[in-house]
Amino acid sequence: MIKAEGLHKSYGNHVALHHLDLEVKAGSIFGLLGPNGAGKTSFIRIINQITAPDSGQLFFNGEKLSASHIKKIGYLPEERGLYPKMKVGEQLLYLAQLKEVEKSQAKERILKWLKDFQLMDWKDKNVEELSKGMAQKVQFIATLLHQPELLILDEPFTGFDPRNTEIIKKEIQRLGEMGTTIIFSTHRMESVEEICDSIVLINKGKKVLEGSLRDIKQQFRSGNYDLILEESEISTWPAGIEILSQASLQGKLHLKLKLEPENKQSLLQFLSTKNLHLFQEEEAKLHDIFIQTTAEE
Amino acid sequence: MKKIGLIIKREFSTRVRKKSFIILTILGPILMAAVMFLPAYLASLPTDDRVITVLDESLLLDFEKGKDEIRLRYLPPDKFDFASAQAFSEAQGDYAFMHIPLSEGGDPDFVARNVRLFRAGDISVSVESYLENTLEKYLQKEKLKATGVDPEIIARTKTKVNLRVINTDEGLETENATLIKMGIGYVAAFAIYIFIFLYGSQVMRGVIEEKTSRVIEIMVSSVRPFEMMSGKIIGIGLVAMLQFTVWIGLGSLFYVIAVSLFIDPQLAANNLPNAAANISLPDDGLLSIYSSLQSIDFFGIIASFIFYFIFGYLLYAALFAAVGSAVDKESDSQQFMLPISLPLILSLLVIIRALDNPDGDIAFWFSMIPLTSPLVMMARLPFGVAPWELILSMLILLISFVLLTWFASKIYRIGILMYGKKPTFTELLRWARYKN
Repeated sequence: MIKAEGLHKSYGNHVALHHLDLEVKAGSIFGLLGPNGAGKTSFIRIINQITAPDSGQLFFNGEKLSASHIKKIGYLPEERGLYPKMKVGEQLLYLAQLKEVEKSQAKERILKWLKDFQLMDWKDKNVEELSKGMAQKVQFIATLLHQPELLILDEPFTGFDPRNTEIIKKEIQRLGEMGTTIIFSTHRMESVEEICDSIVLINKGKKVLEGSLRDIKQQFRSGNYDLILEESEISTWPAGIEILSQASLQGKLHLKLKLEPENKQSLLQFLSTKNLHLFQEEEAKLHDIFIQTTAEE
Repeated sequence: MKKIGLIIKREFSTRVRKKSFIILTILGPILMAAVMFLPAYLASLPTDDRVITVLDESLLLDFEKGKDEIRLRYLPPDKFDFASAQAFSEAQGDYAFMHIPLSEGGDPDFVARNVRLFRAGDISVSVESYLENTLEKYLQKEKLKATGVDPEIIARTKTKVNLRVINTDEGLETENATLIKMGIGYVAAFAIYIFIFLYGSQVMRGVIEEKTSRVIEIMVSSVRPFEMMSGKIIGIGLVAMLQFTVWIGLGSLFYVIAVSLFIDPQLAANNLPNAAANISLPDDGLLSIYSSLQSIDFFGIIASFIFYFIFGYLLYAALFAAVGSAVDKESDSQQFMLPISLPLILSLLVIIRALDNPDGDIAFWFSMIPLTSPLVMMARLPFGVAPWELILSMLILLISFVLLTWFASKIYRIGILMYGKKPTFTELLRWARYKN
């Protein structure tokens, strides 16, 4: 869907993007991750054609990115904003028409979305009268009215309460299932783990990590395991096992072990005779991966 | 192009629907009419008569009655002396009491030195100067009589000259109408000045609003910054044109109503009794104005006004938009406003010179410089400007409009996405050089 080749952008002496190569597969929910100032917004602005790269190329569905693609892209910026003195309905119609949606069609879709998001009573109210959460919903609707093939969401959950976050999350997942490609830029790693298929992590304008969420988690396996056993059943452990921590809780022994993959089989055999309550590999947390990789740079 | 149309429509309709716009548009001409007619109306109101008791022992004033609101009441000197006359004046509640003493041997200078005016409190300046003038007039008469000159002869030798100036440049030997031309030039230039400031700053405020409400980021993901900027400028420009047209329309309506209500009845009342004078009046008054108006090329002036009005506004509005994009809040805009308002204010100063000497060097050059030409050329036009000068000035304005708008849009497209520190002029120039 989106392919970047050697994308480079600098502002004066500051390099925002450093010869970035990147690919977002069609139909995927793609996490664009990175610390503040990593170049995420610069990249998003280049896709939106708000700015142009100094060098490098960007392809949309195999075609060189051009003005004709604007109407196929929906963008929810991190800094939300609507015209405060415009009515909700008029504003949505205006933004839809700017994305080249026919007036009558836009009106139909606006009504449907306002109904779905329980905002019908606010259609003829000025935006400044809405609560922050409602205004955010209106902006989310504005991003979708032209049924974009590519949806770019920059921190979509900020400003939403847990209930609305859930509504928006469901909507994003539904759109993903319907085949919309979604670029999802955020700092909130737990939402990435819930939603994204694949991610890229950029830092200081350079790509540091890329791939499907599963592969990356595999790559960052710690080799740590959590065990719960009946207490004092074991006096000696097989070789090649390192006990990181242990604690007694309500008559049960909670252990954290580190073991090399080749020793896993022998450990399982050893444990098969014991009264085992839990044996689980500790999953790599995206949060930790994020901190680890961006700190290395 | 369709998107620019949408932006223009939004900018126009949201502004035109505002209550403040409707109120200002309707109230504007009423206020203007009030400013024009109120002084005249107030002056025409009858004021309280002020009666001045006069004890004229020298019989100097010849029982002069006084004028409009200052009336003189004479007390017979054989029945009143100074004290009783003053008491009488106070008893009557008269405004003031004037005592002209009897001069031994009829010496006017003695009278001049000894005439006195009494009043409990301050005296009005107009009353004082009226009395002084009247006394001077009669004392002069006395002095003329004393030297054996008949005041009648002096009166007959007084001549009023009304210099008839002919402008040979304008083919027909029409009457000169400098004052009317100055008026037209000044009003046209001033109207452009007001509208550039009024609506240019609206463009700036609109851009700042889009920045602070953060709607700009959503907008630039749909339309190009240049489309946004030009849409906003054109939309607000149309609002200006609408307001201006309504003002002219309502203004003329009020004028017609005011003339028919207040001035016409007076003219009719004054003129009906002496029909003969009625015919002779237009000859030296209205008719000469009428004929001199004919010497002014109104079509050319109106066409040029529309041109300078539109392009002057567009030129400045682009700069105002660039300033708005560079700052986060209006209070930060002062520093950048200076280079924009300076040429406008300078134009107003130059206009005063240009009205006095429309073909002078200063007037010529400032009517060529694009930032001052819309105002200065409008001030010169009623006096007649060579076609090549007009065309050159318009051409320069057009080219500068294209260049400046291009330059402003370069700053604008970077500025709208910049938040935080207020940029310096050098930074603005650097923005203009960014590739995209």
